[in-house]
Amino acid sequence: MIWGVLQFPGSCDERDALHACKVVGGEARLIWHEDRDLGGVGGVVVPGGFSYGDYLRPGAIARFSPAMEAVAELAAAGGPVLGICNGFQVLCEAGLLPGALLRNEELRFICKQADLIPLPRTSDVDGPKTQAGVEFSAHQHEGATLSIPIKHGEGRYYAPDDVLDELEAKGQVAYRYAAGHNPNGSVRDIAGVRNERGNVVGLMPHPEHAVDPLTGSTDGRKVFEALEGFAG
Amino acid sequence: MARARVLIRPKEGILDPQGKAVERALPALGFEGVGHVRVGRMVELEAEDPERLAELCEKLLANPLIEDYEIQPL
Repeated sequence: MIWGVLQFPGSCDERDALHACKVVGGEARLIWHEDRDLGGVGGVVVPGGFSYGDYLRPGAIARFSPAMEAVAELAAAGGPVLGICNGFQVLCEAGLLPGALLRNEELRFICKQADLIPLPRTSDVDGPKTQAGVEFSAHQHEGATLSIPIKHGEGRYYAPDDVLDELEAKGQVAYRYAAGHNPNGSVRDIAGVRNERGNVVGLMPHPEHAVDPLTGSTDGRKVFEALEGFAG
Repeated sequence: MARARVLIRPKEGILDPQGKAVERALPALGFEGVGHVRVGRMVELEAEDPERLAELCEKLLANPLIEDYEIQPL
């Protein structure tokens, strides 16, 4: 499948995201933030970085870009959308995912490897399916613990308790930090969430930086393989 | 044009690590007895239609999930 990777002024992980899509057998191309037309791509990665300098709040300005309007339409039509780090912040600001990302509890920018536990989707709501009837279930590598790098200053996931209860009940928590690995004070150790249909997923850790043995872990491939599998 | 100031602060109950850091630094400087420090943002602007400021705050200047805002006409 052909993936589009958004590029905002201030994005910095879009090239690694392109590479990761290709490593798992997909095609990928960059989409400039001013492009209202996604050019027929089947799925979108909203990459990490500091879109628009993170002015006001991370993701607050990027969500109003023409490309994000097109991404919202793609998501509504059931297309897969993956937001990584700043991309996760953008998807939350855009209302495509629940919750918000706040300053790390200890105020430091954190850059290190973390263990993540992927969690399955359990909602009764039918998610989008492929022609072969496979439901999009990115990141359902149950039983696995993924070693993925994190690098962020504002990654403390927050949502009110009633929203969190609902997310957990519907299997919308896509990733948790493993015990002792919560780096930033995120509520209930949440590292990533999905929407109710399961086709929009966001996480703070960076799977696109973990696809080559050179950088120590290839666990990030599983995230991209799940996306590519959905497409296939 | 109407001038206004918008104050944006973290919602009550949400951990504000910046406020905490400021609070912890104060005793070392000799300022005892200062608590409940909250750090927010201030935006000054001029608007042709002040009636729309609340909408503008909801959509962009504040994230209503985590922040409260207050519009002060100047």
